[in-house]
Amino acid sequence: MRDWRGADVISIRDLGREEIEQVLARAAEIEPDPDLLRGKIMASLFFEPSTRTQLSFASAMERLGGRVIGFSGVGGTSIQKGESLHDTVKMAERYADIIVIRHPLEGSARFAADVASVPVINAGDGANQHPSQTLLDLFTIKRFCGRLDGLHIGMVGDLKYGRTVHSLASALTNFEGIKLRLISPPSLRMPPKILEEELRGRVAFEEIQDLDLADLDVVYMTRIQGERFPDVEEYERVKGAYVLDLEACRQLKPEAIILHPLPRVGEIDPEVDRLPQAKYFEQAANGVPVRMALLSLIFLGR
Amino acid sequence: MEELKVSKIAEGTVIDHIRAGLAPLVLRILGIEHGYPGSAIMAMNVKSSRHGKKDIVKVEGQFLDEETINKIAIIAPQATINIIRDYKVVEKHRVELPERLVGLVKCPNRNCITNSPEGVETIFIPEEGGKLRCHYCEESVDLRRVELYY
Repeated sequence: MRDWRGADVISIRDLGREEIEQVLARAAEIEPDPDLLRGKIMASLFFEPSTRTQLSFASAMERLGGRVIGFSGVGGTSIQKGESLHDTVKMAERYADIIVIRHPLEGSARFAADVASVPVINAGDGANQHPSQTLLDLFTIKRFCGRLDGLHIGMVGDLKYGRTVHSLASALTNFEGIKLRLISPPSLRMPPKILEEELRGRVAFEEIQDLDLADLDVVYMTRIQGERFPDVEEYERVKGAYVLDLEACRQLKPEAIILHPLPRVGEIDPEVDRLPQAKYFEQAANGVPVRMALLSLIFLGR
Repeated sequence: MEELKVSKIAEGTVIDHIRAGLAPLVLRILGIEHGYPGSAIMAMNVKSSRHGKKDIVKVEGQFLDEETINKIAIIAPQATINIIRDYKVVEKHRVELPERLVGLVKCPNRNCITNSPEGVETIFIPEEGGKLRCHYCEESVDLRRVELYY
C-alpha cells in the first residue's frame, strides 16, 4: 500500500491500479467529519475559474473541518501586476497546509509541486491533466457498474481536445478486459498519439462515427465546442449528430450508465435526465467524496 | 563506396558512429561554426562496419563535458566518444542518455510552462521507444525530432 501522506497529486499517470483503488475505497466509506482536518488550511489557487472543481474541493475541505483560502480568476490579485507563478506558490505554501491549483499552462501544476514545500493537487493544468476528475469518473463507474474490469465504454463527441476523455482512457489501461468505442466526427478523433502510445496493446478500441450505443456499459458524453470549428454550418451539423436524446437512448442496456463531465450545452437532451441510466448529476456529486478521500489520504495517510 | 581516409588528431576527441547526415548537428553542439579558431575534421557518409554509412567528427584540443556529451547522446544515441592523447585512443565509450535531461531540449508544446515567461528550465525524461517526455506538460517527443537549446 502506498503511503499517501504529503503526496502531490499531479497526473493520473503517476497512479497505478493499487493507488486508484485505494482512493476509490476511501471515497466509498468517507463521511463528513468536522474534526478530521480541523485546523488545516487549503489554498485554492484558481488562475482560471471553474464552478464544479473549485466548489467541490472547497466543500470537501470544509466537510472535513478544514478551512479554505484563495482566489478564482486572476482579477484583483497580484498576478495581474505580473507576479510569477513561482512567487504565488511560495507565498501560498506559507499560508496553507495544502495547495489546490488550476492554471491555463500545461505543466504548471508539476512546477508548483516542485517548488512548494506543501502537497499540491492539480485541479487542471491547461489541456494536460485533471486527476481528481478522472478519479471521480472511475469512482462513479465503479459505484454503478460494480467493477472496473471487463467494461465496454463508449466515449462520444470531442475526443480530440477533451482532456477528461484522454485521462479516463489512459487510466482505464490499468484495468483488465476494457473495450473502448470511440465515437466522434473525423475532425475530432482521439489523437493518434494517445491511441498509439497509451491505448494500443492495453485496451481494445474501435473508432466509429455513428452514435451506436448498443452493448455499452458506460456512455461518456463530452461537449463539442464551437470554437474548434472553422465554420458555423459544419459545427451545427456535427453537434446535431452527437446529441443524446430519448430516441438515441433506446439503444441502451437497462443497466448502462450515462456520464458527462458537465457543463453540458445541448449534447444531452434534458428529457434524458429522468431515465434511470442518467448518472451525470451523481457523477458531479461524487466530486466531493473523492476529493475528501484525497485530502484525508494526503493529510492522514488513511 | 570508396574507402575514405580521415586524418588522425594529436589530442582531443573523436565522435564516431554518428548516424549518417547528423555531423553538422554535432558540430553545432560543439560550438564549431563560422569563425571557430581550432582545428576540426568532419566526415559524412563514410563506410561503417556497423551502420552501413556513418558520420565522424574529430576535434583537436577539446575534451567534452557531461552536458555536451548528453546533447550528443540525444541526437546521436549510437555514437561513441574516443579520447585521443598523442595520436592514440586512451578512452572509448558509448554515449548514454542520462535519467533526466535538464535545460537541453525545447518542449514542442507551446502552451507548456517551460515556454512561458515564467522561465522554467525544461526537464525531459527518456522513455522506451526512443522518446522523451516533458516532466512538466507530459508531451512526448521523438528523439529524432527534438529541438535542442544550443
